[in-house]
Amino acid sequence: MDRAAVDSTIRSLIEPFNKKAVAVEDSTTFAGDLEFDSLTVMDFVAAIEDEFDIIISMNQQAEIESYGQLVDAVTKLQGE
Amino acid sequence: MSEAVTQADKPPVVDNGPRDLFSKFDDTIRMRETLLASGVEDPFSLVMEKVLSPTRAICNGRDTILLGTYNYMGMTFDPDVIQAGKDALDNFGAGTTGSRVLNGTYQGHKECEQALMDFYAMDHAMVFSTGYQANLGIISTIAGKGDYVVLDIDSHASIWDGCAMGNAEIVPFKHNDIDAMEKRLRRIPEGAGKLVVLEGVYSMMGDVAPLKEMVAVAKKCGAMVLVDEAHSMGFIGEHGRGVAEEQGVIDDVDFIIGTFSKSVGTVGGFCVSNHPKFEIMRLVCRPYVFTASLPPSVVATAATSIRKLMHGSNKRAHLWENSRRLHGGLKELGFTLGTDSPQSAIVAVIMPDLERGAGMWEALLSEGLYVNLARPPATPANMTLLRCSLCAEHSEAQVETILGMFERAGKAVGII
Ligand SMILES: Cc1ncc(COP(=O)(O)O)c(C=O)c1O
Repeated sequence: MDRAAVDSTIRSLIEPFNKKAVAVEDSTTFAGDLEFDSLTVMDFVAAIEDEFDIIISMNQQAEIESYGQLVDAVTKLQGE
Repeated sequence: MSEAVTQADKPPVVDNGPRDLFSKFDDTIRMRETLLASGVEDPFSLVMEKVLSPTRAICNGRDTILLGTYNYMGMTFDPDVIQAGKDALDNFGAGTTGSRVLNGTYQGHKECEQALMDFYAMDHAMVFSTGYQANLGIISTIAGKGDYVVLDIDSHASIWDGCAMGNAEIVPFKHNDIDAMEKRLRRIPEGAGKLVVLEGVYSMMGDVAPLKEMVAVAKKCGAMVLVDEAHSMGFIGEHGRGVAEEQGVIDDVDFIIGTFSKSVGTVGGFCVSNHPKFEIMRLVCRPYVFTASLPPSVVATAATSIRKLMHGSNKRAHLWENSRRLHGGLKELGFTLGTDSPQSAIVAVIMPDLERGAGMWEALLSEGLYVNLARPPATPANMTLLRCSLCAEHSEAQVETILGMFERAGKAVGII
């Protein structure tokens, strides 16, 4: 799957978690803009992991702050 | 992103004086100030002036029933336990002033480890200065770079800190979700070392893990399994070895972590294992090596208490009666509880919010009842909980008194 395809899949996965319907761009942050709390992060990460059949460890999550970084990371992980 | 997993949701930022290293605590300071401004007694600075028994103390001048300690088996005032401590103080002094691997291993430490090996019927036992350090040390040491730790999202802080201290990849899964755990285990790259970390009883809600299924899945996936049995020792399982024993999987568990600060009634932590190379931990586990060993009186009280817990079946039965009565009674009164049925000696009462939780906590305290107020981030799903933990020494009459106190306080605060 290329980056664009990953982007569109994650875009649909994020919808139920994006309660305030924030416009999502590559620079959108999870903690700041989307106001994800700990439970939301866990459920959202689990949804992505299951969809792409990958693991995003906490160590990797710590490096991901924005939507764009997430798409990059998933693109890389599912290619491995 | 994962920051949020260990932090409470943030209230909006307001100005709080000059910025320095303490500015990061402003949200917590404000949360506390708001709570105290509402007039409640500070739930996090209670002082017990006198302790009358495992179930009664004088708190802020009031005779109070203790329903928020981890003194499950009431061993703190056991005469044999106290005598053992006094004898050790007389014969071995107040402290060891040294590490377990240097001058800090006395006969008492060896006897305490022997008591644990006998209690668990396992080959190796290692005593740490606290249970917190046992988790910190074992997890951070055995799971290294390139290894994976797969753990329940509701794990105790000491487990999370053990993960943070090590260099392994950390992969949490949804609480008690067997399927979520299995999926993550299966995705781990071929050849990587795997450690699954579970708890027998989860202390916030008092619920038990489906260890039978989880341990089987972990083994099938080639992982080692560590189970923290802090809140089950002494009263769950045929010999009181915990939930893994109760569910018949203790032989497949590689490491059991426990503490002396709950059923055993003193302080200290341990890990027991049948792994043939386990003894090497004494040299490579930093939270074991670089700290002073427990005082002789503490290991003597612990060893005596552990040996007595092997024969505690009457007390155990009474503890379960207490748990069932309290759980059933609170449910009948209309409180929302953490579990549908009583699964352990912990009964968690779910509060609608922190303000009413603190109000209820204070109302109970003025009735003469101490329970634990638990709030985010220590609690799952950012809940505010009043956690009740029962003791085998609570009498039937005390449990009825407690229910009366909950009824009056609950009505006064408007929760039931
Ligand atoms: C599940 C669990 N593990 C470990 C610990 C730490 O035990 P200790 O009080 O001996 O440090 C606790 C107690 O707070 C606990 O609840």
